Amino acid sequence: MTSASKGSKLHRGRNAAQTRDTYAYEDMNMDGGASPNKLEREELDSVVIRFAGDSGDGMQLTGAQFTHSSAMVGNDLSTFPDFPAEIRAPAGSTYGVSGFQIHVASHDIMTPGDAPDVLIAMNPAALKTNVGDLVDGGLLIVNEGAFTKGNLKKAGYEQNPLDDETLAAYRLVKLDISKHTLAAVAAFDLGTKEALRSKNMWTLGLVLWLFGRDTKNTEEWLGQKFAKKEVVRDSNIAALKAGHAYGETAEMPTGVHIYKVPKATLSPGTYRNVTGNEALAWGLVAASKLSELQLVLGSYPITPASTVLHALSRLKNFGVVTFQAEDEIAAVCAAIGASFGGSLGVTTTSGPGIALKAEAIGLAIMTELPLVVIDIQRGGPSTGLPTKTEQSDLFQAIYGRNGDAPLPVISASTPGECFFQAIEAARLATKYMTPVMLLTDGYLANGAEPWKIPSMADLTPFPVEFAGSETPDFHPYIRDDETLSRLWPRPGTPGLEHRIGGIEKDRASGNISYDPENHHLMTKMRAQKIANIADDIPELGIEEGEDTGDLLVIGWGSTHGAIRQAVRRARKEGVQVSHAHLRHLNPMPKNTGELLRRFKRVIVPEMNNGMLVKILRGEYLVDAKGINKISGQPFKVAEIVSAIHDHLPAS
Amino acid sequence: MNAPTQKLTRKDFTSDQDIRWCPGCGDYAILATLQRTLPALGVSRENTVFISGIGCSSRFPYYMDTYGFHTIHGRAPAVATGLKLANPELDIWMITGDGDGLSIGGNHMLHVLRRNVDLQIMLFNNRIYGLTKGQYSPTSLVGLRTPSTPMGSIDAPVVPASFALGAGGRFIARTIDTDAKHLGPVFTRAHEYRGASFIEILQNCPVFNDGAWSHVKDKEIADESQLRLEHGQPMRFGENKGLRLNAKTIELEVVTIGEDGVTEEDILVHDESNKSMALLLANLEPPRFPIALGILYCDTDAHPYDQAVHAQVEHAKATSKVDSIDALLRSGHTWTVE
Ligand SMILES: Cc1ncc(C[n+]2csc(CCOP(=O)(O)OP(=O)(O)O)c2C)c(N)n1
Ligand code: SF4
Ligand SMILES: [Mg+2]
Repeated sequence: MTSASKGSKLHRGRNAAQTRDTYAYEDMNMDGGASPNKLEREELDSVVIRFAGDSGDGMQLTGAQFTHSSAMVGNDLSTFPDFPAEIRAPAGSTYGVSGFQIHVASHDIMTPGDAPDVLIAMNPAALKTNVGDLVDGGLLIVNEGAFTKGNLKKAGYEQNPLDDETLAAYRLVKLDISKHTLAAVAAFDLGTKEALRSKNMWTLGLVLWLFGRDTKNTEEWLGQKFAKKEVVRDSNIAALKAGHAYGETAEMPTGVHIYKVPKATLSPGTYRNVTGNEALAWGLVAASKLSELQLVLGSYPITPASTVLHALSRLKNFGVVTFQAEDEIAAVCAAIGASFGGSLGVTTTSGPGIALKAEAIGLAIMTELPLVVIDIQRGGPSTGLPTKTEQSDLFQAIYGRNGDAPLPVISASTPGECFFQAIEAARLATKYMTPVMLLTDGYLANGAEPWKIPSMADLTPFPVEFAGSETPDFHPYIRDDETLSRLWPRPGTPGLEHRIGGIEKDRASGNISYDPENHHLMTKMRAQKIANIADDIPELGIEEGEDTGDLLVIGWGSTHGAIRQAVRRARKEGVQVSHAHLRHLNPMPKNTGELLRRFKRVIVPEMNNGMLVKILRGEYLVDAKGINKISGQPFKVAEIVSAIHDHLPAS
Repeated sequence: MNAPTQKLTRKDFTSDQDIRWCPGCGDYAILATLQRTLPALGVSRENTVFISGIGCSSRFPYYMDTYGFHTIHGRAPAVATGLKLANPELDIWMITGDGDGLSIGGNHMLHVLRRNVDLQIMLFNNRIYGLTKGQYSPTSLVGLRTPSTPMGSIDAPVVPASFALGAGGRFIARTIDTDAKHLGPVFTRAHEYRGASFIEILQNCPVFNDGAWSHVKDKEIADESQLRLEHGQPMRFGENKGLRLNAKTIELEVVTIGEDGVTEEDILVHDESNKSMALLLANLEPPRFPIALGILYCDTDAHPYDQAVHAQVEHAKATSKVDSIDALLRSGHTWTVE
């Protein structure tokens, strides 16, 4: 390892793994070891902040508001909300800790950062579960007021870590945030419990100060959110301002100073923050417009997919019909019914829902109806880790049905890409008359990034043509010679009355057929139709590095940012390594095999126990090796850098 | 619904497919009556859609020369709901069996009824799984011996009409496969109804459960064992029998006019809009009672689901300030990089 010294002085490596963590900050110009005066501004290229507290402490809101203010000052950013499955876990418990990590930078970044430079811990449980991630020398702000005997015990501390040497490696700032908050809102005549709800706003005020920002945006937001609840609005604003003022006036311990992260130079355009699920919902509405089809969504609530149902339910003004079905089976069946009727049928869910939908997806394959199936993956099997991220539905997506039942599978790599892949899914579904599976995951669903807003005028329309009454010798399985796609006859069209169903159909008449030869040919036909899509998608490109060499890191989905960043970093060290990322997983781009074979070695990082790697080995006979992480957490850049080093061919 | 340009006949609704039901199956009679009834309803072929699940009964759509979709086991209500949401102009008939609709698809049946999606649901109740060769179904009687119940079924059966009422169904009817004179008018009424109309059809499966309904259908006993409901008419059956409400027990009882001082006045008058009455009627079965046939319940105040869904869409279109996708993408906080 040549690079331990490359990290800033703040990051004294503790062991090999942690040494690698320091890569995240290598370009970080941090001079902080020298205990600067608190009014000195420390300019940083990038900094990672984590807010951690009880589920009831409002950390997600605090994080979201800080994200917003970072976007407003022009930073690039990436976020990682990490919350427990329980809505309100017992207060003070370690499993009830909710966290929100945000990476802000003056250059383009792709991940929420490996380890926080700044940690805000609202109680002992939050400290206990998060402090291990904080970089050595990192800034640690704790709410001393919550370090009561009871809370310490619930977190499993025998002795108060604020009083001994446990936290000596960090720049510790102990503040009684609870007390300060109570003082700030004293004028509002609230009960203690209610008054303490503003703790998060006091903390946000302080952190905004820490980054040299004002409170204006957040005040506006509070004004809107609580427009009808004046007391709530005003007490929160008071707490926010008090936190900010505290930073300005209070005597801060040595080593605490204002950080400044300069604007990032993003390419010109209009930007907004977007989460993957928002982008997905908007992409579906855009697809409806581009295809000139009414969007009918059938869905059943499930984490982390529900917010797509929520978002689309608010977009009825675009003619969107949303149907909260009685279960996932009804949801997909309603979408299939809608597609039969000539609408764009869509269903959104997570892994367990896909399992339930499998039989119906087979029906859509057999009847050759367009359908968009979106799987926002979470930890599995079964209920698994419902609020955590994973990529373990790849096999289920590609293979998880009875019979020979291929369908196109695509994925999104970033939150913003969810928009474009929703459109791609609809394009393929309608052009090839087939269900299409789009895979995203919990990390993309909830994570946000600044997104350069596209214009509808720049997107290619794909208006659908239905079969017309005049179709000569009509039957429902008349195919297009090129795409092998069947006609789409819409009920209500005179002269095209026909029956379809799950039973095999005669290829020349569309009537039921049990003929052995016909089934053989129809199965081949359905497979060929999907295989042909390889001619209709972009070739697999190289994201970073050369298109031949020692080592290729190939991934799919939300690992994109971590892989890209890791490959960049390794290349800076002089390692010859490249990155390719699959967005079409079935069929894969035509040149995939050829590209893989141009590298001496291939590694495949995945948040599962090895799926893409098996497909690549099976399809292309390359000796690809899996790098697997199945902890419900996204890859750290350093983990992939380390894997790159481990797999370099001996020179 | 589009008016057909010329008068259609039974033939127009008959597809060219060979019918694959066993000889003597009750399904033939149902098919024939519907094919004969449709022309009189003034419907067009192109706007008529048959959606079914899986079972012998669910083969029905293949024999109708209209649009049709033979879906998967139990899921026809969901497919039909999606289709109706996509195009409320379509006139949808849903075909299901006692297994398809009350076993694997019981959940969907509950929800299509409570939502009141505007379609006609025909449940072919032969009290058996026909297609899979004769296992007992959720409507089979206790004691029925089948390949999967060699010692007799021990499952208590469900009463379809009672289930449908409990689910919040607003139009509940019961009729008999081979009784075209009763079946046809029930179809007509169900079709007229704006909402989910549920029709249980007592159907004979001569192969696996022959005579399952002979205790109500057989000519010799039909008079005594069938109560033919007519709105506004007294509930009379048999020679001089009728139903009377026992106000103390809130139960129905069979009485004979002329006996024990019973007069015509004592006999209940059928009121389709009375749900409490419908619940009592739904559960009657021989030998103690006649079985109730006809329109058990019809609530004309209910609104179809599909209309309500589209009303919301139209309202949103009329009132939204965000009028384009470009505007949607730019709503909320944005910033510009020069
Ligand atoms: C998922 C699934 N499970 C089981 C079956 C097998 N199956 C087909 S029809 C049927 C029962 C049909 O009974 P019913 O609905 O009463 O129809 P009938 O044949 O009596 O008209 C069963 C169990 C199937 N087709 N699909
Ligand atoms: S098995 Fe029974 S229900 Fe099925 S077709 Fe034959 S007679 Fe009819
Ligand atoms: Mg049956």
